[in-house]
Amino acid sequence: MILVWPIVIPMITAVITLLLRKTALAYHVSLLGSVALLGSGLILLRAVLTGGPMAAQMGGWEAPFGITLFADILSAAMVVIAGIVAVAVIVYSRFDVTEDEKRVGFHALSHALLVGVCGAFLTGDIFNLYVWFEVMLIASFGLLVIGGRRDQIDAAVKYVGLNLVATLAFLTGVGILYGAAGTLNMADLHLVLADRQSETAVLASAALLLFAFGAKAAMFPVFAWLPASYHTPAFATSALFAALLTKVGVYALLRVFTVVYDGGGGFIQPILLIGAVLTMVIGVLGAAAQNDVRRILSFHIISQIGYMVLGLALFTPLAIIGAIFYLFHHIIVKANLFFVAGLIKLKAGSEELDKIGGLLKASPFLAILFLIPALSLAGIPPLSGFWAKFIIVQASLEARDWWVALAALAVGLITLFSMTKIWLAAFWKDHPDAAFAKGPVMPRSMTAPIAVLAVMTVIIGLGAGPLYTVAEEAAITLLDPLAYVEVVLGPEVAETARAERAATQLAEVSQ
Amino acid sequence: MELVIAALVGFLVAGGAYLMMSGQLIRFLFGLVLLSNAANLGIFASGRLTYATPPFVPEGSTATAVTAANALPQALILTAIVIGFGLLAFALALAFRAWQSLGTVEMDAMRACEPLEPPTPPVASTPTPVTGSRREAAE
Repeated sequence: MILVWPIVIPMITAVITLLLRKTALAYHVSLLGSVALLGSGLILLRAVLTGGPMAAQMGGWEAPFGITLFADILSAAMVVIAGIVAVAVIVYSRFDVTEDEKRVGFHALSHALLVGVCGAFLTGDIFNLYVWFEVMLIASFGLLVIGGRRDQIDAAVKYVGLNLVATLAFLTGVGILYGAAGTLNMADLHLVLADRQSETAVLASAALLLFAFGAKAAMFPVFAWLPASYHTPAFATSALFAALLTKVGVYALLRVFTVVYDGGGGFIQPILLIGAVLTMVIGVLGAAAQNDVRRILSFHIISQIGYMVLGLALFTPLAIIGAIFYLFHHIIVKANLFFVAGLIKLKAGSEELDKIGGLLKASPFLAILFLIPALSLAGIPPLSGFWAKFIIVQASLEARDWWVALAALAVGLITLFSMTKIWLAAFWKDHPDAAFAKGPVMPRSMTAPIAVLAVMTVIIGLGAGPLYTVAEEAAITLLDPLAYVEVVLGPEVAETARAERAATQLAEVSQ
Repeated sequence: MELVIAALVGFLVAGGAYLMMSGQLIRFLFGLVLLSNAANLGIFASGRLTYATPPFVPEGSTATAVTAANALPQALILTAIVIGFGLLAFALALAFRAWQSLGTVEMDAMRACEPLEPPTPPVASTPTPVTGSRREAAE
């Protein structure tokens, strides 16, 4: 039953915090709920690391008919990281989120969002993936508009409109997939579609799902909703979105295009490859052109998503490891950078680069807190981002895609450039307002999560070994869909499929 | 019958796309309604259309009749309708609020979150001193 807890805990927390939303108690319940989520994630990860992937059938219905929950190392690790981000965001929100926003239900909506995120990580059924996406989406709509400011409403219009289009594409794709295969259980889909990957209906559904997940992950050319909206809500909300929402899209791409569709073959791979490179390049160029801290960071999310999708597009074991490692590293670093942006705003009074400055003198501590995640994002050794980029570039060199490796390196350089831009404007140059004093004292509830996440970045960077091992094992289970089938549908089914596949391979070889 | 539904889906998608590209928020939302109905009809048709018995288990038997209609797509559509309805209600409220606070429903004019001309980047921003003569010239 430990599979259910990461979904149930935030659900319960959301209900309680909704009831208590007008009291100060909501914060404590919310914090407790996120710590419990992290704990349940850790228990799940430990169980999966020792006992292998696990599945649970909801309502007692057998696998292809009922609703399956499934966890392998990748899902469990994603739940753990979602838990880490949740704790950090809730602590950070104590000062950052206004009382009004809390009264409307900031905590309840955040936990509702976590329900959707964890559900999407743990589901083994593609229609349920759609439902969890919706849960996540509805909660994020709420979080985006609770401030009610003019630019927030405008941002929400774009965010809601474009995400609903992607959702409808997802739903249509699931419908076509069901029409073609007659099942929605991912393990069952793998068996049914094994030798039918080139059928028109299967390809059409793959294209629709690629569009839907691509839009959710903010891939080129369907990323416009992200830079339009991520700089408008509270910083805690921005960090929560930046850390988790797009990554659910990447996770869905990783899961569906390995288990359901044979990621390596067909027309998907070249599209993913070109899409990934364009996402990296366009994202970072967009970032270089911006003048607002959070908008720069938003464009960087797009650019970094490109690296992760690139890992999936190359589809070698090393590339998948790279994508997973990148996913882990990026969630922590990105949440952290948005937290730092909040402190910059607090200390210097604005997010616009030409209205701020002098922070190095006013707060050297903040400068260090900014430098760690910023340099990690740009890929400077020995921080976590270096290893993530290193693995991806190594994988693209091994695949003999020189131009891809070159693009990845160039994008890293431009990332460094735009981080330098924030550094120069916010920390190095003097504040444009000569009368500017030190700014308010930074509350500990805001610096503590940043410091903890920065320490995690450094630890991942200096001791990348254990996390690499986790990513490696996650990639191994991800690349062996029959292991997935074995856990969900039982060993006999998987054995039969293995024997059949070996027989067809033998027949092909003997011809 | 499948052909009729397929044509209807195509018609709805075309209409939805047309409305969404007209550049008005309300039309965009109506376009979304058409698209979501197209998606639902698509799922309905993908479950195979049959003139068949209702999907109930007859007395004394443990399974539905072989000729029974497929109940799963209908359950899927029901879920999708409920979710879609909630999202649409939210989107309409949001559109109303957007019209209230932005004063327009023209999508091109809604630029509160992304101002058209961002200020010049800080690297090139040496503040040009506004001299008296220039200010007078501007006036």
